[in-house]
Amino acid sequence: MCLAIPGKVVGIAEENGLHMGRVDFGGVVKRVCLDYVPEVEVGDYTIVHVGFALSKIDEAEALRTLEVFRQMGVLDEELADGDEAFARAASAPSSPCPDGSCAPK
Amino acid sequence: MKYLTEFRNGEIAQRMAREIHAIATRPWKIMEVCGGQTHSIIKNGIDQMLPAGIEMIHGPGCPVCVTPLELIDKALAIAAQPGVIFCSFGDMLRVPGTDADLFQIKGAGGDVRVVYSPLDAVEIAAKNPGRQVVFFGVGFETTAPANAMSVHIAKRRGLKNFSVLMSHVLVPPAIAAILESPGNQVQAFLLAGHVNSVMGYWEYPPIAEKYRIPLVVTGFEPLDLLDGIRRAVIQLEAGRYEVENAYERIVTYDGNQPAQKMLAEVFEVTDRAWRGIGVIPKSGWRLSEGYREFDAAERFHITGIHTEESPLCRAGDVLRGAIKPAECGAFGKECTPRHPLGATMVSSEGACAAYFNYGRFLSAEDLATAGSGLTHA
Amino acid sequence: MPEIANTETSVGSSNDRSTDVPDFSNWTCPLPLAGYPTIVMGHGGGGKLGNELVEHLFLPAFRNAALENLGDAAVLNLPSGRLAMSTDSFVVQPLFFPGGSIGELAVNGTVNDLAVSGAVPRYLSASFILEEGFPLAQLAAIVEAMAAAATTAGVRIVTGDTKVVERGHGDGCYINTAGIGTLREGIQVGPNRAKPGDAILVSGTIGDHGMAIMSVREGLEFESQIRSDCAALNGMIGDVLDAAGMAVHAMRDPTRGGLASTLNEIAQASGVGIAIDEARLPVRTEVQSACELLGLDPVYVANEGKAVFFVAPEAAEQVLAVLKAHPLGCDAAVIGQVTAEHKGMLVARTAMGSNRVIAQQIGEQLPRIC
Repeated sequence: MCLAIPGKVVGIAEENGLHMGRVDFGGVVKRVCLDYVPEVEVGDYTIVHVGFALSKIDEAEALRTLEVFRQMGVLDEELADGDEAFARAASAPSSPCPDGSCAPK
Repeated sequence: MKYLTEFRNGEIAQRMAREIHAIATRPWKIMEVCGGQTHSIIKNGIDQMLPAGIEMIHGPGCPVCVTPLELIDKALAIAAQPGVIFCSFGDMLRVPGTDADLFQIKGAGGDVRVVYSPLDAVEIAAKNPGRQVVFFGVGFETTAPANAMSVHIAKRRGLKNFSVLMSHVLVPPAIAAILESPGNQVQAFLLAGHVNSVMGYWEYPPIAEKYRIPLVVTGFEPLDLLDGIRRAVIQLEAGRYEVENAYERIVTYDGNQPAQKMLAEVFEVTDRAWRGIGVIPKSGWRLSEGYREFDAAERFHITGIHTEESPLCRAGDVLRGAIKPAECGAFGKECTPRHPLGATMVSSEGACAAYFNYGRFLSAEDLATAGSGLTHA
Repeated sequence: MPEIANTETSVGSSNDRSTDVPDFSNWTCPLPLAGYPTIVMGHGGGGKLGNELVEHLFLPAFRNAALENLGDAAVLNLPSGRLAMSTDSFVVQPLFFPGGSIGELAVNGTVNDLAVSGAVPRYLSASFILEEGFPLAQLAAIVEAMAAAATTAGVRIVTGDTKVVERGHGDGCYINTAGIGTLREGIQVGPNRAKPGDAILVSGTIGDHGMAIMSVREGLEFESQIRSDCAALNGMIGDVLDAAGMAVHAMRDPTRGGLASTLNEIAQASGVGIAIDEARLPVRTEVQSACELLGLDPVYVANEGKAVFFVAPEAAEQVLAVLKAHPLGCDAAVIGQVTAEHKGMLVARTAMGSNRVIAQQIGEQLPRIC
């Protein structure tokens, strides 16, 4: 339940009494109802489920969270002992492009 | 995609998994409530990355799976009626009723249409004034604001040919029911982050307090899930039982106020039957009196439904986390994705289907070593 | 006739870029088709109306001697040796979509089936089942598209048929094509010939066609630049076979059911396991985004202009180079290899470094909210 993905608001208009936006999801644009996020403006990112924006994405929080994630385990080079399955996962080749910006066009 | 790909970084995921390995000293059982989280865990092999003692139990967070059989049969009866356009999310199309599913009704001539949003169903109603348009309104609190808006708009536009077959369910009563059930083994929950984006998490401290159980609001991407699990394990190891928010970029304590306002207007709390679990009091929403005219079950007066679950199906036990799919006698034999007996095998989020499709044929060890010789170019 | 753009882009007027669906509102019929703007039952009757369609639409479009004889059968000269024959029916909705139409699909689909069997495609038949009321302008656009596709593929449409069904009994236009081709010497390919150690290559990005169709499906539509990849692969496949010959063990074009279905089928037919690396699958950003939006997995989404190759490991690098040198193969990649383990199953390494089984899907993949 709850498949919701982040998108960028690129346009806002009133349609049939509803606050509707055009939201860009990585190059795919969909009309989305923005009635539940009146604070969202063009340029903001929002999370969208079944054609409705449910929450504005807090950019500062997102960056903070990512930074915390990036710091995890950086100082601890020792592998936890015991678990074979994990050791294999840890030794798998890492992605050459961690942030996905070089994904095939 | 921004705010998506960054949270799928494999390198960081491996480091986070390492943290969990370092922290966990004892076995723990954690349940993720939401089907979308189950899907992500299995698709990304998150469970393979955890220490052997940490077990993820897949919960009943699949509104598809828990929609009562009787309601599915009502949906089928309505969809089969001439002149009806039956609109549904794709998830529901293959859920088996007693005798058929929506796909088969479509095959037999019913006008069954997949829509992305409930507003699409409203548009279809506006464009087809001579037909009755029925929308299958299922979902947790995440989908409720969208479904509520569709009814609100239909009322505002005076659409007489639009109605909703309602099957909304709520997470807090479900969690309580699981914790109350005899033989419950769940020790911590990952809460469905998108449900919380709507409702906030103010409902959960009393539950954490009463059952002394950690509850972590968790997102859906691999890094979010690993973080939720990590925080749950930290609490469990420390003997704490608090509500924590691991999805702060989306979720606030109070949640989405405009959405909650609309929900309070359009819906009211009711008892609901959960397929395979039974009736959980005050665990669902139905249309409030001001919107009751849009209730398809009332508008269509379907009678004579004889509902029959397969006696072999143990979906309820799976949904409560009591057994693993492979422990069901019918798993892989009488019950497969091609011939599902219950909803947990139909929905790709259903624990049984997920197990079957993603891991059944291989032992956990074999799956982990598969393709280890992958060296090419 | 509506302006027909070249086959690499879309069928339709150059004014309508947003959806690339033809604009028929300005079409006027320059041909003496007895003043009927739409198909009527008589067009399938084999009488005057039917003959007019042949004389004034099909013949000028497909233009070849065998067809122009107008016999009940086409008489052809073929080199001696083994022949391959294939048939497919095309029922796509909508008929026109970003990047193509049912016309190109009907030609390229059969051409590709022959090509992946190791044959040089030569001749096609084309049968139409039209619904009463179907606009002639659309039929003309479809036929023009087929003619252009056939020319590009180097095949000729030499025989055909037209039937008309009553209004409400068909989806506008269904097409069946059957094709014959001559098998190349020194080539032995088949779905049961994949061997442990074989490298697996895909000729380009996956999921483009299926998501192009989704983008114009009622109830699910979205704006995007995604276009169908519909294309004839025989030229590219010919290059690969010229270079690698017997080192190519199996080939297939992953259409309905996507890459996952094709790999599962070959794994089962050959009694081998297949291991792929998800990070190596070429997927356009927009296709990935559209899949995220609808909850779909690109590995299950249809393609109409891609091929999968199973080649002996020592030939992999060469085949990759040949593919990349061809305009249709510029995004080609090695995605995995065949193994003797987990026979009959497709296992993928995820970006997390873990593994998941990609099972054969049951029926069509549906958008989900869950």
